[in-house]
This record gives sequence, C-alpha cells and structure tokens, in this order.
Amino acid sequence: MSDNRKDEFATDPLVGDMAQGMFLAEEATLVEKPEKTEPLGILFWVCVGWIAVNVLAAVLANVLPLKNPYFEDFNNINVGPGLHHLFGTDDLGRDIFSRVVFGSRVSIAVGVGAMIIGFGIGAPLGMLAAYRRGRFDTFITTIMYVLLAFPAIIATIAVLSFWTPRSLVKIIIVIGLASVPLVYRVIRTATLSVATKDYIIAAKVQGATDGRILVKELLPNIAPIGVSFLLIGIATVITLEGALAFLGLSVNPPTPSWGNMINEARTVLAENPYLVIFPSVALCLFLLCLNFIGDRLRTHFDVTEVKL
Amino acid sequence: MRRLVMLIGIVFVISIGSFYLIHLLPGDPAVVILGTGASPAAKAILFHQLGLDKPVYLQYFAWISNVARGNMGTSFISQSSVAATIRAALPIDLEIIVLSQILAFAAAIPAAMRSARKPDGALDRLLGASSFTLLSVPPFIIIVLLVLLISIKLGIPHTGPSSYVTLASDPIGNLESLSLPAFTLAIGSFVVYYRVLRSDLIATLQEEFITMARSKGLSQRRIMWRHAFRPSSVALLGTASVNIGGLLASGFVVQYLLAIPGLGYTLITAINMSDYLLVQGIVLTVSVGVVVINFIFDFIINIVDPRISRE
Repeated sequence: MSDNRKDEFATDPLVGDMAQGMFLAEEATLVEKPEKTEPLGILFWVCVGWIAVNVLAAVLANVLPLKNPYFEDFNNINVGPGLHHLFGTDDLGRDIFSRVVFGSRVSIAVGVGAMIIGFGIGAPLGMLAAYRRGRFDTFITTIMYVLLAFPAIIATIAVLSFWTPRSLVKIIIVIGLASVPLVYRVIRTATLSVATKDYIIAAKVQGATDGRILVKELLPNIAPIGVSFLLIGIATVITLEGALAFLGLSVNPPTPSWGNMINEARTVLAENPYLVIFPSVALCLFLLCLNFIGDRLRTHFDVTEVKL
Repeated sequence: MRRLVMLIGIVFVISIGSFYLIHLLPGDPAVVILGTGASPAAKAILFHQLGLDKPVYLQYFAWISNVARGNMGTSFISQSSVAATIRAALPIDLEIIVLSQILAFAAAIPAAMRSARKPDGALDRLLGASSFTLLSVPPFIIIVLLVLLISIKLGIPHTGPSSYVTLASDPIGNLESLSLPAFTLAIGSFVVYYRVLRSDLIATLQEEFITMARSKGLSQRRIMWRHAFRPSSVALLGTASVNIGGLLASGFVVQYLLAIPGLGYTLITAINMSDYLLVQGIVLTVSVGVVVINFIFDFIINIVDPRISRE
C-alpha cells in the first residue's frame, strides 16, 4: 500500500493545489489506517451538533431574536462584549454577534453551493471514466490534469477580479467549477478501486446494464468516501471563500461574511480585537468540526470495508 | 519527455486563459481599461497595443509574441511597464516562501521522525491532535492573530502593517518585517509536511530492509536518516510540489494585511484600481511559475527515487 501511495504522489506532479485543507482529502484516499473498529465517539457527535446549530442559526437568522446586523449605532462604537451586545460592537456600532450569525450564511451557501456544482459535474464524470476506461478515460483525465495544474486559488482570484460586479452566485459558480477537477480525481480513484472487484464482474456477467451497475453497484460503494470528501471539500471551499473575502474579492459589504468581517477588522485591530477574534473563532470551529466529521467517517467506513 | 510536452501544453492553455480574461470584462475592453472619459487617441493606442482591431487568434499571437519577449504592455493606470513592476515585486514573494520552507522543513522532519518512532505515543498523539487542529486555521486568521499578539501587544518593530523594510536598505529589519509572513506560511506547510512524512515513515519502517538494518545492529539515527528518510522523502517532495500554489496564495493574503509590496499586494491593489493589464501579467507569471516549479520538483523526485522513471 505504501508503494501505491508513493506512485500516486510521484506520477501526479502536475497536480495543483486548491488550499491546504484539501490535503486532508488527499490523505482520505491515499492513507490506509491500521486502526481497529472504532466507535464514532462523543467528539464526533459534538461536532455534528455544532454544525447543526450553525446551519440552523444561519437558516433561521431572520426569525431569531437577533439585532439588525446592518443597524449602525454611533453611540456604541467598538464596545466590548457584554450583556447588551453579546460579542460587542464593531467600528460602526453594529452588533458583532448578529453579524457573525448572518455572516455564516455566506460561508455555508458558498460551501454547499460550490460543492453541489463540483460534485454534480466531477462525480458522474469520474465514475464514468473509471468504469469505462479506454479512450474516454484518457481524454477526460488529461483535460482534468491540465486544469488541476492551473493553481485554483489564483484562477479564482483572476476570474473574480475581471468578472465584475461580484455576487454570491458568481462566487459559487467560479469556486464550484474550480473544484471539479479535484472531485473528479478523488471519485475516479475511488471508483477504480471498486470497479475491478469480483461482484462488479459478476453483475456484468449476469447482464446488468451499465446504468444499473453504476447506480446500484458502484455508487453505494464509493458513497462513504464521497461523503467524507464532500465534508472536507466544503471546509476547503469555505476557507477559500474566507481568503477571497479577506482580500475583498467576495460578497460586497455591508453584507457580513466571516472573511470580510476579519478584513474590516484590519483597520481597527489595536482598538477592537474582538472584531477579529469572534468571526475567526466561528470560522475555525466550523472548519474544525467539518474536517473532524469527514476524517472520522473516513476511518469508520474504511474499517467496515476491511471487515467485509 | 512526455512530461515536457505536457508542460508546454499546459503553459499554452494557461496563456490562452490569461489572454482571454480581458474578454470576460463586460462591454468594450477599451472602455473598461481606460475608463469612460478616455480620449479617442488613447483608445486608438490601446486598441493597437491589444491588437483589438484584428481577429481573436491574431490578437493572441501578437500578444504572446510580445510576452515571450518580456513585454507585457504598459499599465494605463501607473504608466509603468508591467514586466518591470512584476520583476520588482517577485523577489519578495520568493524570499517569504524560501524562508517559510526552511522553517517548515527544519521543524517537520525531526518532528515526523520522533512521531514515527513511537506511533500512538504521547508525542505522536499531541502532534497529531495539534496538527489536525491547525489544518482548520486558515493563514489569514493566523497572520491577523500574530499581528495582534506580536506587533500590537508586544510592540516588536517592523512587524506591523505598512512597516516593510527593503532588503537593500536594512537586511536585519527586512528579516524582521518578513518574519511574521514566513512564520505564518511555515505553520501551514509544517502541518502538511509533518502529517505526510509521519505516515509515510511509519509505512517505510515496516519494510523488510529496515528489519534487516536493525538486525545488522545499525544505530537508530542511521536507520532513520539513511534507510527510512530517503524513500519517504519522495512523498514529502511530492507534497511540497503540490503545496507551492497554496503557498503563493497564502503569501498574497499575508502581504495584503501587512502592505508588503510583493506580487500579492500588487495584485490586489491592481484589482482595486482596475489595472487589468497588470492583473493579467501577474496571473500569467504566477500560473506559469507554479507549473514550472512543479515540473522541476518532478525532475528532482526522479533523481531521488529512480524507480519511478523506470515504470
């Protein structure tokens, strides 16, 4: 197995990088962990709970009794955390707590939206290429490797800087398309390892149609890897959006997002560190939980597969 | 050889992509680049410089032959040569990256070796948990927190925003002002290198030639460095190669915060000032640079592990 892994790295010199977080996904498909059956653990469910709370708060932000995130209260500028303003206020007197809650909407929308595009295009292509092999596989794989060589973050910065005015939908489309080659590669590798198994050949011999084999035999077997990569992919995309927002290339202010809140805090770092700390902690916790759930699911499913 | 053909193909695709960026702009490129109040004479010069009066494929050939001669046009905003601006900014990025990689390798290699010697030991668990946590902290948060702590709370000179010192004027001050950027990038790289090298070393240490070396009575140190590290370093080099694009991007973020005039800061300033020729030049330079660096890494990997090229 270790040799396989080296080859994967060595014959993949043209692979670009999306963000460092994507490294986890590399690990996901390449590293085989020798651990024995492991329950998901309390920490796993704590993380699931935290993600659920975040998503619920983002969806229900309009209904929840939150202060208006756009209301500028010039009598209370740069106030520290307290009973009245849970996380304090920013340099325009806006409530940081409700801006953090509303800001999560952008991150979650970009993370989920971009991955829907990435998986919607990359996953079927990857499965089909690995199942069909031959010229079709060579053709698509070559194209994807050329695209992967183009560093994704620089490509997204380039496109977003020219494709003005920027909006949430454009950002989702650009990041989503940029993630297609990565999704393709992970899904293709995962499908390859399943497609040569005996039960696939058995299904073929029995005369099952290609469509049936792809959906009924291959899909359930690569789904666990797909789901754990999906979660790690969402985390990576959110990091990328955060970096873009930090550079001022994501949604326009005054719409809050975790990244552009940190960007706005740059100018008042010394006066109001809370403006940086709260969105940072919110973002890191969210990413950490996503990565942790993805990683746990991966080891969990790996083990059950070995046991079978 | 096949790789070289692929490299040329990719550079070609990148050049088309960067060239075509201008056409992504809504409306007349001349109006977008020059602004609505431009004089007809200025428009004519731009049209000639971009060759907008010719068909698209001829425009591309005119543009690429200029670029190949090192002429990326003259910025309409700052009136300075795009190539000269890039040449002035690029060394700063390289300096930050080289510094960060020295730090990252110097920390990751010994740490991974210690961990791999006793997998699931106390040190391994600690490093495993902390590196996993750090994977979820993006560089733009690390640098902001470092600035908050080191430049503002501790008041160390030359580390805060807009306090960049050039290498020529004051080498020590220059190191000081690049220390936070380099450290930020080093953290991200360390985490990745540590995890890759650790898991690869653990796998390598189970191979038979290691048992053989042990039974010959070789010292632990010699086994680790001479027998285990070389095969495992292939995975490390592969990861470092993949990491380059991410490093440049993190470098952009860090420069943006600290107003260090490298490529990243120049790029964002150019975007905000709608200096599209400069943006195009930087995108082209950086993308081609990453691809070429990956190619060189591939070459080095073949030298370190000759088994790969024989396949």
